[in-house]
Amino acid sequence: MARFKKDTGQKQVKINTASLPDIIFMLLFFFMVTTTMRETTLFVRTQLPSASEIQKLERKSLVSFIYIGPPLQSQVFGTEPRIQLNDAFASVAEIASFVASEREARQEAERPLMTTSLKVDRDTRMGIVTDVKQELRLVNALKINYSTTRGEISARR
Amino acid sequence: MARMNPEINAGSMADIAFLLLIFFLVTTTMDVDSGLIRMLPPPIDPNAPPPPPVRERDVFVVLVDQFDRLLVEGQISRVEDLRRQTKEFLLNPNNDPSLSDKRIAFVENMGEVEISRGVISLQNDRGTSYEMYISVQNELAAAINEIRDNVSRQHFDRRFSELTDEDLIRAVREAVPMQISEAEPKDIGGRR
Repeated sequence: MARFKKDTGQKQVKINTASLPDIIFMLLFFFMVTTTMRETTLFVRTQLPSASEIQKLERKSLVSFIYIGPPLQSQVFGTEPRIQLNDAFASVAEIASFVASEREARQEAERPLMTTSLKVDRDTRMGIVTDVKQELRLVNALKINYSTTRGEISARR
Repeated sequence: MARMNPEINAGSMADIAFLLLIFFLVTTTMDVDSGLIRMLPPPIDPNAPPPPPVRERDVFVVLVDQFDRLLVEGQISRVEDLRRQTKEFLLNPNNDPSLSDKRIAFVENMGEVEISRGVISLQNDRGTSYEMYISVQNELAAAINEIRDNVSRQHFDRRFSELTDEDLIRAVREAVPMQISEAEPKDIGGRR
């Protein structure tokens, strides 16, 4: 027969930590899978404007980015907004070859779904943005995304 | 004692996993890119026949100048009022002859509905700030989204963003088209 001992209430309860590594590994794998390393180093400031009617971009692998904004190293490159493609400053004329190379890197079936995301600094004038848009039209990269943050519109009026 | 079962001490396994975990935690960027998605018009083919003219009453002219001032249908306006003005123009509840015309059309899943013929013409200067341009684009989109919400509630008892059926989404899109046309750019202000 079992003996019933009066519980003193002073005993320390030990939690079994054997499954701790497993839990940590699960978290680890989650973050390993979701991680995307930043591929480009930004040379321009892109403080995005905010908007409320935004949509999420699906299929991140089909998005190519064009950065426009004043250079971060303003002592060296001045304050005039510049275009950055991949890892270098570029001129408007280089956009056509940039789009061509981005197309080349994708599966043929997915090329019509490609989106160009414009990450433009909020203080940029529309002139340079218009030039980029005209160039994109010429090379038939028609689906674009004006990248913004979520929030109320911020125009100072 | 050479025959003893060699056992690897797995006590530090958790530590190693923790280190890796912290590394990936720090390097992870979860930002999903979001923004206003638009289609640019295809390049103009010089040989193509000119598009059919749009009547003046059906065009909602929005101009933004190099000082970020707004001119809506010839009247000075503010960004705050743009959404209301756009909705009024597209809905035209009193059938005002100066606002957009409507046509009756059959839309699948909805039946006969009134569809506005209105087209929004947005023109900005090269000197307009990007922030202002996005604000205007946002307000125009907001106006259309609000109308779509209303139509969707009337027919399907749900907001447009809550619709999941592709056919219903297409139906609402057809009943309330988003027609924002951007004119060929002009350089008037000269301020870059």
